[in-house]
Amino acid sequence: MSLLDYFKTSKASSASLAKERLQILVAHERSSRNQPSYLPQLQKELLEVIRKYINVEQDAISVNFEQNDTQETLELNIVLPDHQKTT
Amino acid sequence: MARIIVVTSGKGGVGKTTTSAAIAMGLAKKGHKTAVIDFDVGLRNLDLIMGCERRVVYDFVNVINGEATLNQALIRDKNCNLLYILPASQTRDKDALSQEGVGKILDELKKDFKYIVCDSPAGIEKGAHLAMYFADDAFIVTNPEVSSVRDSDRMLGILSSKSRRAEQNEEPIKEYLLLSRYSPDRVKLGEMLSVDDVQEILSLHLLGVIPESKSVLNASNSGTPVILDEKSDAGQAYADIVARYLGEDRPHRFIDDKQGLFGKLFGRK
Repeated sequence: MSLLDYFKTSKASSASLAKERLQILVAHERSSRNQPSYLPQLQKELLEVIRKYINVEQDAISVNFEQNDTQETLELNIVLPDHQKTT
Repeated sequence: MARIIVVTSGKGGVGKTTTSAAIAMGLAKKGHKTAVIDFDVGLRNLDLIMGCERRVVYDFVNVINGEATLNQALIRDKNCNLLYILPASQTRDKDALSQEGVGKILDELKKDFKYIVCDSPAGIEKGAHLAMYFADDAFIVTNPEVSSVRDSDRMLGILSSKSRRAEQNEEPIKEYLLLSRYSPDRVKLGEMLSVDDVQEILSLHLLGVIPESKSVLNASNSGTPVILDEKSDAGQAYADIVARYLGEDRPHRFIDDKQGLFGKLFGRK
């Protein structure tokens, strides 16, 4: 360890970077851990139905499952394309 | 009442077998009759770490298949007569272990032993699943490193959903963090995740920190659990861990780089 290392503390350390990355990843993996197993299939089928009427992209639909002590919420989010005119 | 402890991590190479050998020896040295089981079928190594590799006659799979009795397969440790080792089989048959067979052997061991330590293989395949399935307590061995922490969290998810206790809606497995290969000086330099960082991410009860130590390789070279090297830092760390697990109140050590310039110059080892 050189003397210079003592003065480099202002630079973001690799450990704090590791912690930040892990926190995001672990939170994401934990939330998907409790999801019901039918979720991907539900998403696929919903997309098929919607595509019958509107031309949406694969990633335009998101299904989120949230759980807290008192209730479970299934959130469905569909982004419609800008130019789509329903006439 | 016997307790089953699983030593697990998800990731390989973090120190599961070293830990299993050390804590099993520690529990036995404290006067509790202890069995330690190698669940790594096909890649057994606990026998080597315990220094009994030349005394293996029958193994775990032989007992499950009824080719040997439990007493024939159990190897009494040469250093402690309250400690017994059940080696894994070297078969390449992945399905050699069955849940029913493992359950039966554990039930039999429970009659005679106070602690049963299950040394899990790496990964989340059958061996790892069976090692944790019947557990009462889980020792999660983690290195202060991103992939190890992530895999530990994954194992926590599996423990809370796929274990016997989870399936039968019993009180959940008690989970403990054992942070191994820790380098306080690197933490100080911001090069390594700290104990607090890892605890914040995993939110586990810390049973102890095992410092990165030369004594671990020395111990495995000679086939003696590192806890028997009472002068070594790792040996002392494991002794603390066993004492804390048994309910003793011991302050945590090996977390801070206490040895400053003064210590370095005047050699406190």
